[in-house]
This record gives sequence, structure tokens and C-alpha cells, in this order.
Amino acid sequence: MSDSLQLDAATQNELQKFVAQETAQRKVNESIHQFTGLCWDKCITNVTSGRLAPTEASCLTNCVGRFLDASLQLVRDVENKRNQIGHA
Amino acid sequence: MESRKQAVMQHIRNETALTNAQELMNASTERCFKSCVVNPGTSLSSTEQACLSGCFDKYLEAFTVVSRAYAGRVRSELGPSQEEAKPTVF
Repeated sequence: MSDSLQLDAATQNELQKFVAQETAQRKVNESIHQFTGLCWDKCITNVTSGRLAPTEASCLTNCVGRFLDASLQLVRDVENKRNQIGHA
Repeated sequence: MESRKQAVMQHIRNETALTNAQELMNASTERCFKSCVVNPGTSLSSTEQACLSGCFDKYLEAFTVVSRAYAGRVRSELGPSQEEAKPTVF
């Protein structure tokens, strides 16, 4: 029995789609880890309490939202600068 | 053919889950060590141990909150019709 992965075109297609989804999932996971670290450092004051205080939880939620807002804004700012340079 | 395809898919899923778990461990260990072990002694005191356990629980909670916040934001940006990747812990 051959060890190589002999798959028909339809299965290969399906696997390609699956790998693309899984890659997207990994990017999401990576972002979440980045945000958790960033926002933990900003929002968590008392590490010993063992449970998340409501204020800390809302701080974390806000932190994620504001980071994404900041990211979007900076992309827009860069676009504006590019357009300004284009019209100079 | 089907079982081989399933095996490949499961293997890839396992890789994703494993990487996710490792990243979670690395991140929480670093932060909790930073906060809980201020002056490293010759062994972990019971205070330090309790702090580490509590901190880890808290980090898992924070991870969940952040996951939900991110998923909610992605949903509202893309609209409910779009297919999105769901964040999972393990």
C-alpha cells in the first residue's frame, strides 16, 4: 500500500478549502492572544483575586474594541497621506 | 478516501489546538510569574503558589472575555451573512 497521499481532485479541493479556513482560524487565535496580553497589562491590577472583576471585564472588552478602532484609524490616516502625496 | 481526508483534517485541527494551548500557557506563565514571584527564593512559597493558581484562572477568564469581544466585533464588521472563524480555547 502506497504511503503517499493519493487524493482525487474533489477531495484535494475540499482539503484546500479546509486548510484556508484553518489558516484563518489560526490568525484569529494569534490576534486573540496578542489582545489578551496587551489588554491584560492594561486592565488587570490585582492578579491574586482569582476572578475577573466586572470593571476588569469591561476594560478588557473596551480594550479590544479601541485597539481595533485605533488600527482602522491608522490605516485611514496612511491612506490620506498617500492621497495627499498623490495630489502634491 | 473519506477516512484519509478526515484523518488529515483532524490532524490539522489538532495542530491548531495544540499551538493555541501552548501560546496560552506561555503567555499566562510569563505574566503570572512576573506578578506573583517578585523576589525568587530557593522554592515557591505557598503564597506564590496560590497567587500563580489564581492568576492562571484569571488569565483564562480574560482570554475568554477577549475572545468574545473580538468575535462580536468581527461579526458586526462583516455582517451576519459572512462566514467567520470561531475562536476556540482548546
